[in-house]
Amino acid sequence: MNVALDREQKPANGTRQEFAPWKDPSQRPLVRFEGVTKRFGEVTAVDGLSLGIYEREFFALLGPSGCGKTTLMRMLAGFEEPTKGRVLLGEQDLAGVPPYRRPVNMMFQSYALFPHMSVRDNVAFGLKQDRLPKSEIAARVAEVLRLVKLSGFERRKPDQLSGGQRQRVALARSLVKRPKVLLLDEPLAALDKKLREETQFELMELQSSLGMTFMMVTHDQEEAMAVADRIAVMNHGCIVQMGTPAEIYEQPATRYVADFIGDVNLIEAKVTARDGRNVVMQSGIIAAPLRAASDAEVAVGADVALALRPEKVKITVRKPADATENFTRGTVAGIAYLGDFSIFQVRLESGQVFKAARPNVTRFTDQPITWDDRVFLSWSPEAGVVLTQ
Amino acid sequence: MRKGLSLFNVTSLVLGFAFLYLPILILVIYSFNDSRLVAVWGGFSTRWYAALWQNQPLLDAAWVTLRVAFVSATVATVLGTLAAVSLVRFGRFRGRTLFSGMIYAPLVMPEVILGLSLLLLFVAVDLDRGFWTVTLAHVTFTMCFVAVVVQSRLVTFDRSLEEAAMDLGAPPLRTFLTVTLPIIFPAVAAGWMLAFTLSLDDLVIASFTTGPGATTLPMRIYSQVRLGVTPEINAVSTIFIAVVTLIVIAASFAMKRQFVADCTRPA
Repeated sequence: MNVALDREQKPANGTRQEFAPWKDPSQRPLVRFEGVTKRFGEVTAVDGLSLGIYEREFFALLGPSGCGKTTLMRMLAGFEEPTKGRVLLGEQDLAGVPPYRRPVNMMFQSYALFPHMSVRDNVAFGLKQDRLPKSEIAARVAEVLRLVKLSGFERRKPDQLSGGQRQRVALARSLVKRPKVLLLDEPLAALDKKLREETQFELMELQSSLGMTFMMVTHDQEEAMAVADRIAVMNHGCIVQMGTPAEIYEQPATRYVADFIGDVNLIEAKVTARDGRNVVMQSGIIAAPLRAASDAEVAVGADVALALRPEKVKITVRKPADATENFTRGTVAGIAYLGDFSIFQVRLESGQVFKAARPNVTRFTDQPITWDDRVFLSWSPEAGVVLTQ
Repeated sequence: MRKGLSLFNVTSLVLGFAFLYLPILILVIYSFNDSRLVAVWGGFSTRWYAALWQNQPLLDAAWVTLRVAFVSATVATVLGTLAAVSLVRFGRFRGRTLFSGMIYAPLVMPEVILGLSLLLLFVAVDLDRGFWTVTLAHVTFTMCFVAVVVQSRLVTFDRSLEEAAMDLGAPPLRTFLTVTLPIIFPAVAAGWMLAFTLSLDDLVIASFTTGPGATTLPMRIYSQVRLGVTPEINAVSTIFIAVVTLIVIAASFAMKRQFVADCTRPA
């Protein structure tokens, strides 16, 4: 299941305070993409995109492969030059600045550890390029290796390390120069699930304790939701929606975002009336009119979609008592027991399959719902989101 | 595993190896022949090896050959590596196919034609034929072998390693010297050894491009054989075989180490 951690509050200097510089008009973003387009021959990888990333922010670019998110990051690192538009860091236009003169560092998806160098030499490589004194290099390498819990591994070669350890070396190597922005290209993709979850928390901790700006590229929406302050969902070289994990999950702007982030039931419907805060809709798959709260401007007669997260759909054997609730009937066609949750696939009378999630709060239930049971699905008007796009 | 070790397999294996190595084996055996007559066995002796050290023309030729091979292999390795890097790195530039085709052409070009054209060139530019013309000629025809070996290594080279080096502040040349070259070094070394052995045993091109005072060992052997095979020639040939074999084994070890390193590198 998706656990949208509330990251509005971020520990800084021991106190928890709201971290939301994007809401403050007096703040200037540290990184700015201004109308950036990148074409590779006929293919447009990034299409007129604008974006600002603030200092100390953990920003995630999320999208399917080929959506242009990696290209966008590589333009900040300096491996690609924009076809059109500008990339700025602070007040500096980065056009024409080669990668080795940019104060950003990148952690590569493949880790790109130098196989002929020890862990120490890998991490020290960047500092040596700056011709720092030997004693300072040694001190900073030791410090960063302690930070990623790899002290004692200095003499190992990359092929003598496990996948998780290699990931830490790559992280240490990109951190050691204290870049203004740390770029993470699918940093956790190669780790197994357990290690990935642990590392997510470590990354968050590292980012807030070092007070650094992180920009991450990922195709994994759970990962992005877990670690990021803000997420930009990308598709076909454009940003479809940008916001905090909670905003994106609870208020998806389009059908694409609703479908891409987490599980969703999408009901295509036509608006028939407006009733106070509620929009009344009629869909082809559920006989009763549907009600959903919406502040958006929705015209009567418009074609919309109602996005409904499975965990907001209640599944019961008896008809729900509350008359304000939307409800429909169906038959249980499938049950996926996930331990913490069970996902029920319910076939409606119209043939459509609906997903409902139920947390397994007790070990035994009085009325277990099982295959082929006739059930009621119900949800409050506040549960669904009306999507016009 | 005894599977597949049938009589047919064993026979064809033995025949195949006999076909390949019997002539060489006979040459090696006769180099230890005490008799002056090449085809008559007169007991074991190393006297021809001792006699070699008295044969000044032969020693001179060997010295010329080693110098030519060393210099030409080194130059060919530098040029061939650069050619391989530019072929792999610059993607699809205009005329890339033509360029790569032209690099590989000497691989299949008849040596006689290559030698003749080089001779014509040296005559046309009025270059005195001798040590340097042979060396230049050998650079020309061994360079493509180096390029092939290094290129095959570079296509599997993870470019993100170079990007990581640049990202960490290393300009392109330093990136090449500190990251790319050490990693592809076994392939470069193998290319050098290949060029060295090719130069060592070349007869045709050297005959065309050499001049007075720069007779290579294969040329010397060839000219002596025309006057009759002496056991001395067998001895020098045996030493030759030993040197070439050692270098080839070293080169294949270098390539194998590279291969193992590739396989164990984190994906």
